[in-house]
Amino acid sequence: MTAKGNEAIEPLVRVENLVKHYSKKRLLGSGEEVRAVDGVSFSIFRGTTLAIVGESGSGKSTLALCLACLERPTSGNIWFEETGLSGLMEKDRRVIHRQIQLIFQDPANSFNPRWSVLKILTEPLVVQGNLGGGEMKSSAYALLEQVGLSPQLGEKRPSELSGGQRQRLAIARALGLRPKLLILDESLSALDCSLQAQIANLLMELQTSLQMTYVFISHDLAMAAHLADEIAVMSRGQIVERGAPETILTHPESSISRELLAAVPRLDFSRPRLAES
Amino acid sequence: MRYLLRRSAHAGFLLVGVSLLAFAFTVLVPGSYFDEMRLNPQIAPETIVALRSRYELDRPLPVRYVHWVIGLAHGDMGFSFAYNTPVAPLLLVRARNTLLLTVTAMLLAWGIALPLGIWSADHLGRLPDRLLSWGTAALLLIPDLALALGLLVVAVKMGRLPTGGMVSPNFENLSFFGKASDLLLHMTLPVAALVLSVLPLLVRHVRAAVAEVLVAPFLLAAEGHGIPRRTLLYRYALAAAGNPLIALFGFSIGTLLSGSLLIEVVMSWPGLGPFLLEAILARDIYVVIGGVLLSTLFLVGGNFLADLLLYWADPRIRTESSA
Repeated sequence: MTAKGNEAIEPLVRVENLVKHYSKKRLLGSGEEVRAVDGVSFSIFRGTTLAIVGESGSGKSTLALCLACLERPTSGNIWFEETGLSGLMEKDRRVIHRQIQLIFQDPANSFNPRWSVLKILTEPLVVQGNLGGGEMKSSAYALLEQVGLSPQLGEKRPSELSGGQRQRLAIARALGLRPKLLILDESLSALDCSLQAQIANLLMELQTSLQMTYVFISHDLAMAAHLADEIAVMSRGQIVERGAPETILTHPESSISRELLAAVPRLDFSRPRLAES
Repeated sequence: MRYLLRRSAHAGFLLVGVSLLAFAFTVLVPGSYFDEMRLNPQIAPETIVALRSRYELDRPLPVRYVHWVIGLAHGDMGFSFAYNTPVAPLLLVRARNTLLLTVTAMLLAWGIALPLGIWSADHLGRLPDRLLSWGTAALLLIPDLALALGLLVVAVKMGRLPTGGMVSPNFENLSFFGKASDLLLHMTLPVAALVLSVLPLLVRHVRAAVAEVLVAPFLLAAEGHGIPRRTLLYRYALAAAGNPLIALFGFSIGTLLSGSLLIEVVMSWPGLGPFLLEAILARDIYVVIGGVLLSTLFLVGGNFLADLLLYWADPRIRTESSA
């Protein structure tokens, strides 16, 4: 799963000098500009995990939204396979949407509070439009099973689920569209340690079985190092350091990396942490 | 079910309360219909006393209220002194005319406000949205009366639209389609005035409610699943923004009804408005009470409809009430 061996192969995603500025609009005239993402370039290879690490406000989430085609970059381009994402019309963007799924920072809010778990899971499938009602239902149950949720949860509403169950549901929903790229925006950060480990293990199993590519966004350098093949450290909208997890953990170059490293609670990741999942 | 029962009980209480107040206030107002007769030397004071006792004006208030309620239960809304006939048939014709106006205005106003508000929310902060915001704000500033008068002025200058009444004098001789178009032409101005009086409020509320949910992560998630924009706006966002809008729907019924009373007077539409005004000035009390009660009934009915809609639209209310 290392990126090095695949150097010759075309990357799945290529980001070229991506810039996203927000301008705070005033009533008259234009206000100050916020440079959320300020000239970022990188590539992600199939079947690998790239972790993007940084403090809050460093532009990680904006980058995630741009990658997921939910936010139009100010300049620069993102290439997904052979498609440039910046100039897409709405119809083509919808096709891309199916292949790139974003799991939001707060899964609880990313579900329609009025819908049942089953409806939440079938909604993305309706878009595909080639499945009947029965088939959609059975594939929704298959998705629940895939992420280790009981089928009895199908009739519940998201508010009745626990935090870990919601996170699994978010993953299940994203998997429903069989995406090639899965972006996880702080997906583990709100969970407690044992749940983090469970979900992390689940993600790694799914990556092996479904050959998916991950972008893992986090402020948790330790967890990023645990999951990723490569880490990019972001600060103020720019990537300040890139490298293999071991390198960044042992020889951080930038001050940001050192600060993030200092924030990691002392845990030994070499020890197998949890057996159950 | 419990939710609906509670709502019906609310509505019932409101109607009883309004009837009590309407009765008390109209009856407690100094003077009565027959006072003017006293000035007339041709009418003997005995006649007036006899009339007063015939219509129970000399009985204590609670007795009259109870008698009136008993009569109401038999479909008798009292007697109009001015028209010298029972109140109910008089009122019903006017109420029908008022309803024709308000229901049409309501459908039209919401039919325009929903797409316009959603479109505005979708273009939030951009030039067309800002222009629309300024426009609706300006329209909000104009009082209903000025709006109605302005429309009348325009109509008179154009000379194409009838500026008063409900039908032309030769209405009875027209064919069915002729009648329909005649009625429509007469409705145009009052309906336009009503629609313009509520439209800015509705558009602004729809825009705000939809804009608020449009940034909700679950809508972003839905967009990420490749849901078409139109579906997203009209099905997802509208459903999520539904609750305040349904409440506003109930409220808009009240606004339209009260606005209608005014506009009917200004544009001489033979509805409850001019009829009530005339009755109040003449102290024709049973007409006043009946009219007020009927308007309240429409209002309460409209709000009950909104509650029903809410119940139907939001599964969370259903589970809450069955628990």
